[in-house]
Amino acid sequence: MDFSYDDEQNALRQAVSGLLARAYDGEKRRAVVAADPGFDEKTWSQLAEMGLLGLPFAEEHGGAGAGHVEVAIVAEEIGRVLAPEPYVQAVVLTGGLIDAVGTDAQRGELVAGLAEGTLVPAFAHAEPGTRWSTSASGVRAAEEGGTWRLTGVKEPVPNGARADVLVVSAVVGDGATRLFVVRGDAEGLTRSGYRSHDGTRVAKVELAGTPAEPLGEGTDDRAAAIERAHSLARIAYAHESIGAMATALSTTTEYLRTRKQFGVTLNKFQALTFRAADMYVSLELARSTALWASLVVDTGGDVVTAADRARLQTSRAGRHIGKDAIQLHGGIGVTAEYTVGHYTSRLTAIDHVLGDGDWALARLAAGVGDHETVDPLGAPYT
Amino acid sequence: MLSRDVEEVVGMRLQLSPEDEAFRQEMRTFFTTKVPQTTRDAVAARRDVGREQYVETQRILNAAGLAVPHWPAEWGGRDWTPLQRHIWREEMQLACVPEPLAFNTSMIGPVIAAFGSDAQKQRFLPATANLDIWWCQGFSEPDAGSDLASLRTTAVREGDEYVVNGQKTWTTLGQYADWIFCLVRTDPDAPKKQRGISMLVFPMDTPGVTLRPIELIDGGFEVNEVFFEDVRVPAENLIGEENRGWDYAKFLLGNERAGIARVGATKRMLADAKQLASEVLADGRPLAEDPRMSARIAELENELLALELTALRVVAHSADGKPHPASSVLKLRGSELQQAATELFVDIAGPLSLASFADDDSAVPEWARAATPEYLNYRKVTIYGGSNEVQRTIIAGTILGL
Repeated sequence: MDFSYDDEQNALRQAVSGLLARAYDGEKRRAVVAADPGFDEKTWSQLAEMGLLGLPFAEEHGGAGAGHVEVAIVAEEIGRVLAPEPYVQAVVLTGGLIDAVGTDAQRGELVAGLAEGTLVPAFAHAEPGTRWSTSASGVRAAEEGGTWRLTGVKEPVPNGARADVLVVSAVVGDGATRLFVVRGDAEGLTRSGYRSHDGTRVAKVELAGTPAEPLGEGTDDRAAAIERAHSLARIAYAHESIGAMATALSTTTEYLRTRKQFGVTLNKFQALTFRAADMYVSLELARSTALWASLVVDTGGDVVTAADRARLQTSRAGRHIGKDAIQLHGGIGVTAEYTVGHYTSRLTAIDHVLGDGDWALARLAAGVGDHETVDPLGAPYT
Repeated sequence: MLSRDVEEVVGMRLQLSPEDEAFRQEMRTFFTTKVPQTTRDAVAARRDVGREQYVETQRILNAAGLAVPHWPAEWGGRDWTPLQRHIWREEMQLACVPEPLAFNTSMIGPVIAAFGSDAQKQRFLPATANLDIWWCQGFSEPDAGSDLASLRTTAVREGDEYVVNGQKTWTTLGQYADWIFCLVRTDPDAPKKQRGISMLVFPMDTPGVTLRPIELIDGGFEVNEVFFEDVRVPAENLIGEENRGWDYAKFLLGNERAGIARVGATKRMLADAKQLASEVLADGRPLAEDPRMSARIAELENELLALELTALRVVAHSADGKPHPASSVLKLRGSELQQAATELFVDIAGPLSLASFADDDSAVPEWARAATPEYLNYRKVTIYGGSNEVQRTIIAGTILGL
C-alpha cells in the first residue's frame, strides 16, 4: 500500500504542467474559450506530441500503454489551469470506448488518429429526457440494404460540433443499445454548437437517416461498455476536479493574505480562515479517494463502485470549495475578469456531465447492505 | 501541503505488500484469540470497560510486545514502519480490544523515554508499559483549557521538595490512577507564560491530593477535578529540566493526536449500525430499506473511506515521529465521523433511545439503551486532543499560511 508517485510519474507531471503553464498564462484562456472550437488546436497538437493523447492505449495504435494513474496526472494538471482541451472527453471516454469496443481496423484508424492529434472524437450519448443513463432511447438505428442509419437528437454533446468523428449510441429494434461511428461529413448530420457556462463547447446533434458504421462486431448490448467507459471518465474527472479545487483554494488563500479591509489583511479574520481550513479538509479527503480509485483501475478492481465513490466525494468537495472560493473573495469572485469564478463554473460542469454526487450516492446506498465494512487494504474483515 | 510532499521514489500500490499482509493477519489473529472474549464483547456492546479489564488486556499485549511498539526499542518498542503501527492500531479497534491506556503509552511514557533521567526511565517505563502504574493527566485547569499555557497551579521549591498548590480538571479516569503527571508553574515571573512551566509526577495518594468526580450528561463519571493543597513532591520527580515543561507538553500532545482518527472503531460502529438498521422495523419494513437511512449510512461509509485513505497517506509521511501537519485533518474529520456514528445509533433506536437509563430488566435491547448516553458522551471528541477549532487554526496557519 503506497500512495507515492515514482520518478517517472513526477517527471510526467512536470512535463504536463510545464506545457500547460506556457499555454495558459494570464489572459490566454479567456481568449481561447471566446472563439471556436473553445480550445487551442496548437496545444492539442503539443499534447499529442508529448504522447499524452495516446497515454492509455496500446503501442500498436500509437499509444503509450500507461496506467490510469498516469492519465489521472494529466487530468489533474488540466484541471489546475482549467485548460479547455477536451482531454477526458476525447481520450478517456470516447477513445476508451473505441479502444474497448472497436474492431482492430477501427482502433487502427480512430485510436491512432486520436493519439497523433489528427482526429478529435466525441461521444454523442446524452439525450434530453434521460439522466446519466447507460442506454440510448431517443436515437434509433435501423439497417437497410446493408447500411445502418441513425435518426434522432443527441444533446448536450461535449465538443459535438468540432469533433471529426462521433461515436453515437442508439437503440436498435430489439431494444438493445449499440454504438456507431458517424463521420463529421456524413449526410443527414446537423450539428449546432454553442458555448457552455464553463467555456467548453457542447452541441445539439441531429441525425436524420444518417449513415453510420457499427462500432465493433456483434450485436451485443453495449450498456456495460458504456458503464465502464463512464466510470473511467468519472475517475479521470475526479482528478481534473482535484486540480481545479487545488487552484481555487490556493487562489483564495493568496487573496486572504493580500486583500485588506478594515485596515488589515483578510487572514486576520478567523471567520474566513476557518472556512479556508475546511476547504483544505474537503480537498485532501477528495484527493485521497480519487487516488485510490485510479489505483483500483490499475489493479483490476471494481471500477464502477470506485468511480461512484470518487464521484460522490469529489462532488461534495467541488461544490464546497467552488462556492466558498467565491464567497471568500467577495464580489470580485463572480466577475468574468477574475479567475476564481471560472473554477467554480468548471467544477459545476464536471459535477453534472456524468452523474452528480446524489446520483452516485443513490447507487452506493442501493449496495450498502452487500458488505460489512469497506476495506481499501484487502479482503473484508470477518 | 500534503499533496506537495507525496514525491518519493516508490511506485503507487493499492494492496499491502505480502509482508504487511502477513503482519496484519498476525495482529488480527492475536487480537481475536488472545484477548478475552468477555472484554471484547464489552467493547463491542459499548459498555464501560472496568479497570481490571484494561489492566489485564494491557498486560497481555505487553507480554507479546504489543503494548508500546512506538517506544524506543530498549524500552519495549518495535522497529515497525508507520504503516505497521497504523495496522496494529486499526486491527485492535476492529477486534474491539481496549487500547493500551493512552495516558501511559502515548503520553507520559514517550515523554519520560525522551526527556527523563536514567533513573526515571528505569523506575517508570517498564511499570508504565505493563500498566503496573496507572497514570492520569494533570494539564487542564478551570481557567486553562485550549489556552493551556495560562495554567496557575504552582510548585515552589523548598529544599529537596516542590510544594504544589492549585487545581486540575477533566482528569480522565483519575479515580483509577496511581500517579499523575502534572504541568505546574515554577516561574511566575517568566517573560513568556510558556517559559515558567515544569512537569512533575507524583502518586495520587500523596497527602494534600483530593479527587472529586464530575458527573457528565451521560450519567457517567469518567472525568474528575483534582485539588492540590501543599502537596510535597520530591525534586527527583521533576521530568527533564525545570521550566521546560511546555516543550514536553507539546511533544506529548503531538503524540496524543496520532491514531486519533479512530477509523477502525468507527468502521466497526457503521457495520453494527447497518446490522441494527436491518433488524429494526419501521411500519413493518426494515429501517435499512428506507432510502434516506441507506443513503445516510452509505455517505458516512464513503467519508470514512476517504478518511482512512488520508490517514494512510499521512502515515507514509510521519517517519521522523513528528505528526504531519495534515494529522489535524485526521483529528478534525475523525472526531466528526465518530460523532456522526453515535448519532446514527440514536436515530436507528428512535423511541427506544429514551430507555437510556433502564436496567437489564428492560425489554429494550442493550444497544438502544446505550445509544443516547454514548452520543452525549461523544460530544467530547471534538473538544479534547486539541478542539476542532484549534485544529482549524493549525490548518489555516501551518498548512495554508494564513
